[in-house]
Amino acid sequence: MTAVPRRLLQMAPGVSLATLLTGFIIVPIAAVFLWAFAEVWRYPSLIPTQWGFRFWAAMLSRADVWAALRTSIALSVIVTLFSALICLPAAYAFARLEFPGKSALLLSFLATQAFPKFGLYIAIASIFFSLGLVGTFAGVVLIQLVNTLLLMIWIPVGAFQAIDRRLEEAARDVGASATRTFLSITLPQAGPAIGAALLLTFVGTFYETEGAFLIGAPHVRTMPVLMISLINNQLVVQYGAVLSVMLWVPSFIALLFARKILSARAIAGGLGA
Amino acid sequence: MSELVIDRLSKHFSGTRAVADVEVAIDDGELVCLLGPSGCGKSTVLRMIAGFERPTSGRILIDGEDVVALPPDRRPTGMVFQSHALWSHMTVFQNVAFGLKLRRLSRAAIREKVAGVLDLVGLTGFEARYPGQLSGGQQQRVAIARCVVLEPKILLMDEPFSALDAHLRVRLREEVRAIQRRLGLTTIFVTHDQEEALTLADRVVVMRSGTVEQIGSPSAIYAEPATRFVAGFIGTMNIIERQVTGGLAKLGDTRIAVDGPDGIYGFALRPEDLSLGGAWSGEVQRVLDLGAFRMLDVTVSSETIKVQVDKSVRILVGDEIGLDIHEVAAFDGEGRARPARVHGTIESGVRLHA
Repeated sequence: MTAVPRRLLQMAPGVSLATLLTGFIIVPIAAVFLWAFAEVWRYPSLIPTQWGFRFWAAMLSRADVWAALRTSIALSVIVTLFSALICLPAAYAFARLEFPGKSALLLSFLATQAFPKFGLYIAIASIFFSLGLVGTFAGVVLIQLVNTLLLMIWIPVGAFQAIDRRLEEAARDVGASATRTFLSITLPQAGPAIGAALLLTFVGTFYETEGAFLIGAPHVRTMPVLMISLINNQLVVQYGAVLSVMLWVPSFIALLFARKILSARAIAGGLGA
Repeated sequence: MSELVIDRLSKHFSGTRAVADVEVAIDDGELVCLLGPSGCGKSTVLRMIAGFERPTSGRILIDGEDVVALPPDRRPTGMVFQSHALWSHMTVFQNVAFGLKLRRLSRAAIREKVAGVLDLVGLTGFEARYPGQLSGGQQQRVAIARCVVLEPKILLMDEPFSALDAHLRVRLREEVRAIQRRLGLTTIFVTHDQEEALTLADRVVVMRSGTVEQIGSPSAIYAEPATRFVAGFIGTMNIIERQVTGGLAKLGDTRIAVDGPDGIYGFALRPEDLSLGGAWSGEVQRVLDLGAFRMLDVTVSSETIKVQVDKSVRILVGDEIGLDIHEVAAFDGEGRARPARVHGTIESGVRLHA
């Protein structure tokens, strides 16, 4: 056997894996993009036969689309902020303090994820209903907060635990108060991981559908909820595609922004890779 | 710049005694080493002085004022950590300036002080580097600068050089000693390296299982160990157990007079306090050439002891040699030192019944 076929043979698994991944990831995304700008696309053409922005114009002229986009962005920002305010100090306590029931409590955050989500939402929805929170923005914020707990606690706990305690002691030693030490030393040291957690929380909230639908309907409609109702009412592929591209824009901007301040390695590190 | 008094300091960790009734008084400008094996409580003592551990009982007085109730940021102490604990997200300048900024100094004053202290540790020009871009020795210099720039009343050093290689360790040790003398800093230096303690310290505190075994100058610790533990821990020491009867013991043909009750005693002999030519004979098992001198492993009376001889002495493995004892220390059953001296050989004195 010559050297070249052997090398090809060695490369075969990697090449086929790459092809497979491309097929599963790139092709659907490409199809969505093509559909978003297609006015006429009939079998058996490989690409749309007529291009245009007709469906974009139709979408962007709808007031409910703009309202939903505003709602989604406001919701994601507020949920991420509240989640950080609640979870970061809690994560620090989990990482640094010893108290009874610590590991059980930490595991309980995992339990909310292990439940079938829909069942949990129904139970919460019935409570919210009696509190008058159903159909309100506050109600949606609360249900989304539940969702974010796991990420915003577990990732920062790992990050805080990874920080050498002596770094904090050294800060106290030169005269920094406990608060100042947390702000000037601990937070920056855990920065990349916390950045990753914030980003994942923001994007996760932006796309969350079930909770937002159950609690928010009919008054509060986020982008994904709007998309469902649009598709349910009239199955026009282009509406879905245009909305998908629009939904994709904020998270893409968030990721770009994240790339600037975080290296891919830091994100991986934050996720415990 | 200040005096430190440690008064009956104790620390219990969930029932176990880490430090028990430690008492040390340290003079202004003095450098004292806490020396002992790992787990002897020396670092815990240091961490209690810095304020990272709360004592179970006892007082820590700095210039007469008890600081036990103060948090670390309110204590006039500065600590250099073994892991140097530099803040990796800050530059060298920011690391050193952090404590000064907390003290609300003007920008100009901060720049001046940082420049001064970086000059002191030989790191001028490294201001903009991050700790990750420095070598281990440079990182430890930054850690020292970060401490010294705040002019602490008490400088605390927790095995600061144990992560560095031997050459660098010796050099930094000398530099730290020079800086400490120049600034007159009262310093406590924790180490498990007896050579470091003996070369650096004005006084050495030898610790074991949370208690102080001996406090003294390096030469006193070496020449007159107060306990059997100190004798074994400092330098190379042969310890041989013998029965003492009527104030006398026998090491080969040498009689040792001991001032104490009868019982089993440990007799400590330094390799350099033994010489060739005596009647205590044994076989050479190993010859170690250490450059300036040779160290022999000799089997005498079924025990192996170390003997230091001049490098000019020609001895081979397997040779039969006789040893002469010049100095000896004796420790009773509790490990405490008892006065002892060589009382002459059996030939020269009264014959004993073995």
